Amino acid sequence: MNEHGTEHGGQVQPGTEGYGSSAVRLDQGHVQGTGGLPERFEDPGFPPHIHRAADLDEAAAKRAEKQVAALFGLSILGTLVFIVAYFAIPMDASAYIPGIGDANLSNVVLGVSLAFGLLGIGVGAVHWAKTLMPDEEVVEERHPLRSSDEARSGFVKTMMTGGTEAQLARRPLIKYSLGGALGLFALPVVLQVVGSLGPLPKDGLSKTMWKKGDRLVRDPEHTPIRATDVTIGSVFHVLPESIKDSTHVLEDKAKAAVLLMRLEPEAIKVAKERDWGHEGIVAYSKICTHVGCPVGLYEQQTHHLLCPCHQSTFDVTQDCKVIFGPAKRPLPQLKITVDAEGYLVADAPFREAVGPSFWERG
Amino acid sequence: MSTAAHNASGAERLRANDPEHEAPVGGGLRKVGGVAGWVDDRTGAAKGVGYLMKKVFPDHWSFMLGEVAMYSMIICLVTGAFLTFWFVPSAGQVVYDGSYLPLKGVTMSEAYRSTLDISFDIRGGLIIRQIHHWAALLFIVAINVHMMRVFFTGAFRKPRELNWVLGAQLSMLALVEGFAGYSLPDDLLSGTGLRAAEGFMRSVPVVGSYLSYFVFNGPFPGESIIPRLYAVHVLLLPAILVGLFTAHIVLVAVQKHTQYPGPGRTNDNVVGFPVMPVYAAKAGGFFFIVFGVVALMSALVTINPIWAYGPYDPSPVTAGSQPDWYMGFADGALRLLPGFLEFTAFGFTFSFNVMIGAILLIPIMYGLITLYPFLEEWVTGDKREHHLLDRPRNNPTRTGIGMAGIASYCVLMFAAGNDIMAIKLHLSINDITNMLRLLFFVAPPVVFWVTKRICLSLQRRDRDLVLHGRETGRIVRTAEGRFYEQHEPLDPYTRWHLVQHEQHRPLELESGVDENGVAAPNARSQRLRAKLSRFYFNDRVEPVTPAELEAAHHDGHHVEAIEHQEPGGAPLVEVGSAPAGENPDTTEQRPGH
Amino acid sequence: MNALAARRRHPAAIALLILVGLLVTGAAYAALAPKPAQASTVSADQVQQGKKLFQANCSTCHGLQAEGSKDGPSLAGVGAASVDFQVGTGRMPMTRPDVQAPRKEKVVFSEEEIAAMGAYVASLAPGPAVPDQEFTDGSKGDPAKGGELFRVNCAMCHNASGAGGALTRGKYAPSLHNVSGKHIYEAMLTGPQSMPVFNDNNITPESKRDIVAFLHSVDKQQNVGGMALGRLGPVSEGLFIWVFGLGIMIGFAVWLGQKSA
Repeated sequence: MNEHGTEHGGQVQPGTEGYGSSAVRLDQGHVQGTGGLPERFEDPGFPPHIHRAADLDEAAAKRAEKQVAALFGLSILGTLVFIVAYFAIPMDASAYIPGIGDANLSNVVLGVSLAFGLLGIGVGAVHWAKTLMPDEEVVEERHPLRSSDEARSGFVKTMMTGGTEAQLARRPLIKYSLGGALGLFALPVVLQVVGSLGPLPKDGLSKTMWKKGDRLVRDPEHTPIRATDVTIGSVFHVLPESIKDSTHVLEDKAKAAVLLMRLEPEAIKVAKERDWGHEGIVAYSKICTHVGCPVGLYEQQTHHLLCPCHQSTFDVTQDCKVIFGPAKRPLPQLKITVDAEGYLVADAPFREAVGPSFWERG
Repeated sequence: MSTAAHNASGAERLRANDPEHEAPVGGGLRKVGGVAGWVDDRTGAAKGVGYLMKKVFPDHWSFMLGEVAMYSMIICLVTGAFLTFWFVPSAGQVVYDGSYLPLKGVTMSEAYRSTLDISFDIRGGLIIRQIHHWAALLFIVAINVHMMRVFFTGAFRKPRELNWVLGAQLSMLALVEGFAGYSLPDDLLSGTGLRAAEGFMRSVPVVGSYLSYFVFNGPFPGESIIPRLYAVHVLLLPAILVGLFTAHIVLVAVQKHTQYPGPGRTNDNVVGFPVMPVYAAKAGGFFFIVFGVVALMSALVTINPIWAYGPYDPSPVTAGSQPDWYMGFADGALRLLPGFLEFTAFGFTFSFNVMIGAILLIPIMYGLITLYPFLEEWVTGDKREHHLLDRPRNNPTRTGIGMAGIASYCVLMFAAGNDIMAIKLHLSINDITNMLRLLFFVAPPVVFWVTKRICLSLQRRDRDLVLHGRETGRIVRTAEGRFYEQHEPLDPYTRWHLVQHEQHRPLELESGVDENGVAAPNARSQRLRAKLSRFYFNDRVEPVTPAELEAAHHDGHHVEAIEHQEPGGAPLVEVGSAPAGENPDTTEQRPGH
Repeated sequence: MNALAARRRHPAAIALLILVGLLVTGAAYAALAPKPAQASTVSADQVQQGKKLFQANCSTCHGLQAEGSKDGPSLAGVGAASVDFQVGTGRMPMTRPDVQAPRKEKVVFSEEEIAAMGAYVASLAPGPAVPDQEFTDGSKGDPAKGGELFRVNCAMCHNASGAGGALTRGKYAPSLHNVSGKHIYEAMLTGPQSMPVFNDNNITPESKRDIVAFLHSVDKQQNVGGMALGRLGPVSEGLFIWVFGLGIMIGFAVWLGQKSA
């Protein structure tokens, strides 16, 4: 849809031969200042009022009255049903509701009766207003919002006089010391809140409870895992054994959760990954390096790990490198080995901070 | 009051010289009733309340959107107060022993247990909880749609810029309030949300890890976040919301409501119905309607089945981990942002892949929204008061900008549902994500352009309608054997809707130098302003003037024939710029619409 | 699976004879050895019937001797449990090659036919057998304990209420609603398609039964608060409030603002 030149200029474009030069283009040209006619249309004022059925016909008005009363009656009925249902329907009763299936009967009946109690009033009142209350529109004049010039200058004068009477300008010492005091008084309040909100992080974000020799145990049963239990294609959700003695289980779990997988050793493409694992069994932090959701979705055929929150995808065959999504860093690997009894144990703590990035992580 | 007037004859004598006006006040109030009189004796409220009761509000469905927001907020306040009676804002661990069997014996926080109790063991608790949550979702939907209405009709123009700013802040705070409430039950879904929020905080440069430790009082999750969010959700934010909202409403009353243009409706009046009785019934009734509909939804449709998610534990997670819809755009931005935005430099980590979506997006978005009225005022140079609304088509550039904004918002919001789209539409989640990444850049300009063109076309259609009237569908054959369709001119009332508006013109660039040849200090900003003004108003369609209509009537259909020369001649008009169907005297027959 | 297939490919013709022979001993052994996961005894007739069915229905993709092809993996070693799961849920035979086989309501084969094919596939190489009913009956399990296990091991893909979820590149974790205990158990045991294996050393048979119990209790509890909106969480709730919540509100507002007739 291309623009036509005349549209911008508002020029009258004379027609070509046959129709005289006084003819104008009407589809686009904006005709201005044609003598005798007003520049713009004038407001025709209110259109004639059209009466409603209820204004003209008493029978229609009566009908409306009955409808409104019926709606209010429905509301009363709804409220009564609510009261009865509240006492009569046991909390655990369930009923088949078409379109929903088995639902909690108490919830459905209480909600529906409450809705009728409310809608009856609402619809009734609006219907009343629409059919029986006056429907001649009323005009209210607007007045400029700004105060009169006198009022404005009066205000300015009051403020200026007040300032002068307080000798604000004459006594700069007071002015500046007051400014300083007002500027500073909020600090103690802010300091108290901010300073006492929580402890300093120190190395809390960089350390997990994994240490050398810690057995890998199943989440949530806390039972140790033998290397032979982990068949190819398996995935185990793992915690350190010391979680049993933790006093802050959730906080420790939030950092120490680990995913244990077994791949064909030859599928692993990175030597370090193979070295840090045990016969194709590898352990990676389950905490996403994006914003910290647990990355648990392991596809055993493609060896991809997917985070359900923002779809960062990690390739387990490539040391959990990010192959899709918003995360940047690979998931940290936990170096594991087996102890004398054949159980999987951590061979070292995590070498880097797990979870989302932070400024001083480096 | 009335009794005093009856029996205190001695006192009356003493007051004989009092000013005259006191007596009628007493007499008038006797009719209103004792209580009102009693109150007025002590407050003098009759005058003010009487004035308010006569205030006029214009009638239009789109003016009710703000009321939906107001009423859902009230519903949330009421039901929220109820919920506080049973909800225990504590992260202390307990073993569940309530009536929901699949969780019996499971260790969970007190917050989660009390939410389960509200849902299963407290009579009517579930309906209140569902009403609270549905009303909260409706609250933010209504705020958004109300905001769109205000934007597209230009209701933010002087003198209402201030109220627009208040509204934008209300809208932003409502998001935070909603998120705080969503996080309280401490179920697996909301806990995962808090987990992500902790990740967001860490992404802030320099102070990120401190921020996280301060907010959570130590390592995540800690036991403090639930009680802290509770205080924010039930006390701090509601107080601010109610305060801002009161100011918002008072300003509406002081400035009087805007109205849509129409015959008899001018910039200097308000045409509608007075509060007493019509609006008292309509708006009052509407509160019950909103409440009733929310109750009905809560009776029939589950919301946030926290029992299905289980208690929060940092190790598990559920597929389909999403925040409530209003946080979707931020979550979607996080899904779309590429990982390469994170890098280390000077030994420090810059996580822009997280920070842009999680920390910067909301303030930037609301900042732009807040500033828009001031930008438009600067571009148009229009300092007049506007109480008549624009029809969205009459300001194509603004409408286009608004739609482009909505388009980018929608792209982000849909991105937050990419996993649900993938399973429901049988698509690859990777394809969806990549497509949305592309759309984020492509959709807004395309939507802007299409919207603007549609607006201009609609304006041309308006012009066409005014000039040529309605098509009647009657085909007339002239003596010469030509056919044309008869058109019926518009009545002046209908016509007024289409011709009443003023069209802004691009500002002329003021000379960059003053009379002495010295470059004006603001020459650059003036150039920018002129440029923006051209961007806004270069493409425009002027409303029909009486002269144009007169010309059309006077010359009848012959005038329009100038657009087509004699058969065989080249048409004068480019096809694209003249809406098809303007030429009733061509032999082409068109069915009436 | 493809890696598996490549490694375990057998020279077809001779292997068959050997395997048929092995089968007889295997069947006898299976009958005698009381393995908890063994459902029924296997006869040579059954294997023969299974082989016929297999060659008629499955060999196009999996090869005449189940040795696999580019369209389907080798089935040596997948066990009767895999066959029972894949065919019993209608996933196999697939109508066309796709990223993933969807569950189908209509199962093509009868119980006996599935058992016969299972016996045939089990005869190729040892693999997990169809689980004992003792451990697939959810009514004997503890749903609360199963719920905890489910949330840790399964919910990240299948959603906390078993509604299913998306995986990469068009793959997905299916919904677990109204799936029989046997098939839930078999899926954990065999790790079909993208799903990892949860062998009995990872999640014990008793724990698997608890998970079945949890899922079956979820099936019953599903609509406590009303319509469940697909149990997809905030996305479907948001869609609902925009479409229906706002729609109804605007409907009422239009009615309210209209002049009465």
